Amino acid sequence: MTNTPLPSTMSGTLAAPAAGGFFRRFRSAPSEPHFAKRVQFNSPLLPYLFLAPQMAIIFIFFYWPSVQAIQSSFYLEDPFGFGSTFVGFANYTDVLKSGEYLGIARFTAVFTALVTFFSLAIGLLLAVKADGVIKGNATYKTLLIWVYAIAPPVAGLMGMMLFDQHIGPLVKFAAFFGWDIKVGLDYNDTAFAMIVVSVWKQIPYNFIFFLSGLQGIPVSVREAALMDCRSGFRRFWTVTLPLLAPTAFFLLIINTTYALFDTFGVIDVMVKDKAANNPITLVYKVYMDGFRGNDLGGSSAQSVILMIIVFVLTIFQFRFIERRVHYN
Amino acid sequence: MAAINITNVSKIYAGGVEAVKSVSIDIADGEFIVLVGPSGCGKSTLLRMVAGLEAISKGTVEIGDRVINDIEPAERDIAMVFQNYALYPHMTVYNNLAYGLKNRGTPKAEIDARVAEAARMLEIEQYLTRKPRALSGGQRQRVAMGRAIVRKPAAFLFDEPLSNLDAKLRVSMRGEIKQLQKRLGTTSLYVTHDQLEAMTLADRLVVLNGGQIEQIGRPLDVYHTPASTFVASFIGSPAMNLLRGTREGNQLHFGSQVLDLGRPAAFPGQITVGIRAEDLRIATTGEQALTMKVDYIEELGAQRLVHGTVDGKKLTASLSPEIEIAETLALSIAPERLHFFDADTGKRLAQPFAPSESRRVERLEIAGV
Repeated sequence: MTNTPLPSTMSGTLAAPAAGGFFRRFRSAPSEPHFAKRVQFNSPLLPYLFLAPQMAIIFIFFYWPSVQAIQSSFYLEDPFGFGSTFVGFANYTDVLKSGEYLGIARFTAVFTALVTFFSLAIGLLLAVKADGVIKGNATYKTLLIWVYAIAPPVAGLMGMMLFDQHIGPLVKFAAFFGWDIKVGLDYNDTAFAMIVVSVWKQIPYNFIFFLSGLQGIPVSVREAALMDCRSGFRRFWTVTLPLLAPTAFFLLIINTTYALFDTFGVIDVMVKDKAANNPITLVYKVYMDGFRGNDLGGSSAQSVILMIIVFVLTIFQFRFIERRVHYN
Repeated sequence: MAAINITNVSKIYAGGVEAVKSVSIDIADGEFIVLVGPSGCGKSTLLRMVAGLEAISKGTVEIGDRVINDIEPAERDIAMVFQNYALYPHMTVYNNLAYGLKNRGTPKAEIDARVAEAARMLEIEQYLTRKPRALSGGQRQRVAMGRAIVRKPAAFLFDEPLSNLDAKLRVSMRGEIKQLQKRLGTTSLYVTHDQLEAMTLADRLVVLNGGQIEQIGRPLDVYHTPASTFVASFIGSPAMNLLRGTREGNQLHFGSQVLDLGRPAAFPGQITVGIRAEDLRIATTGEQALTMKVDYIEELGAQRLVHGTVDGKKLTASLSPEIEIAETLALSIAPERLHFFDADTGKRLAQPFAPSESRRVERLEIAGV
């Protein structure tokens, strides 16, 4: 599972356009001026020593499990741990031939696309509206950001309660229009609730980044646009949004991984101990097969497939979308 | 092209602070007006109110007989050049220039023609495909100018456009702006805190202090007949020397030192006397003079600025480098070159003597016509 990188630059000020700097490290752009001061170390070992803790964490929690997963994906594990048999690509072919797996893959794609789109769109909308109001009003800004301080599990739990069969206000609200929401029983209702809660949880995160990105756009550039373009809507599309692109691109990647992996908790709360005909995503399937079904080999094959999907997706995003991103 | 009429315009902020206090300026069509003053004098606020970036609290602004108080900035038929260029960083130079025209539905062929013309005028043709970050400060400022020019607006607004450039570039850009404005004949309102920029660019200067107009006038008129001690000390480098003195009969007393006016003058006893550094000269023997104790000398090449004190009060004289500087200098000044200001209000007192320099210049001009 990925851990969503916390925006460390956010803690102090909101003005830092963190996203741009975050991804610039991945690019080899010699024309980029280096603002950071170059530090000279007395001993050549010292910089490696400083890097060591981070490297250790990446190695222990990412590379090592990855290698383990790849290795066990070629074996058929005995459910009781009495040994394993090498089966080659059998685990992969089994998974990819399974209609159930492909159905879950389809749902995951739809789920990820919808969650990413709506959490970005609503976060951006709120940020744009807030940015119009709060200029110079530090107190109001702080109050808005406090939303982010609510722990994600608590936020998830609150979202779940909104869809509770007995006390959920959203269920009652839908019933008012004649829609009887049955989360955990009806496939589409469950999918709907999963998407709503997942989007809801991610909005504050996107909101903060978009707000910070908006405030990073120079006032004079906005004023110049004000004199050049009458329509506020057009100004937004032609000036504001392109200048927000580094932030938006960063959030696109973060939100995609969020929808793919970090929604596990939401799904787990919604479908746990419920009838089998419920929507789940690929990562939940990995968990189900591995830890409920004790099929470690098949589960490993699935997680390797997932790893490849994320890898391809990220490469695609960097190659084809980032090209359109203007870094200031 | 249009005249701009600013009538009794005030800016009052939420806290009750009055940044601009009932300012009125009538700008003729094609005129180059420079608003000059120290920081916080309200010059930028006034410009931004004309631009529509700040709401006008009181009064009216007309551009070409149209009151624009409630009109959107984009509809005011003006173009603005910002201090930090404010170019769109994600657009090429071409698109930066074309953006305002595209939004106004100008046909593509005309956009191309206008951009090409502006680029040629500003010599930025070879940069049209570049993005602003690949340009130097001077080139960026040209692009910002180009963005204003292509629009062919009724008026240009400049908000300290040269402040971010280095000294040498500033001087050459200053010349270019002046030439360009003359060529295009577009009414311009230019804000600066640099009195030299103001003097060299303006058809007329507006000196602002504390949100109020201290003086409006042609640069040389303002220089030679400053309306107040504030203008006297702000316009001109080095600043005009201001000495407090008392008049007794026909004589001015600066502490122990005396200057004979040679004729009667109807002044109050206490006055402030203004002396331009270049009006002081070394006294010939026997001539009445002020004795200056020299503190230090600034060499400027063509002249040297001698800083010192007269009876404990600071005085600066601009002298030819050929003159040998002793520890004390005897300086004289023609009485008609003196400026007199009210000791309390700082307002200029009428010159009782011969016509001042500027009036003489005016007369020569009239005679020449």
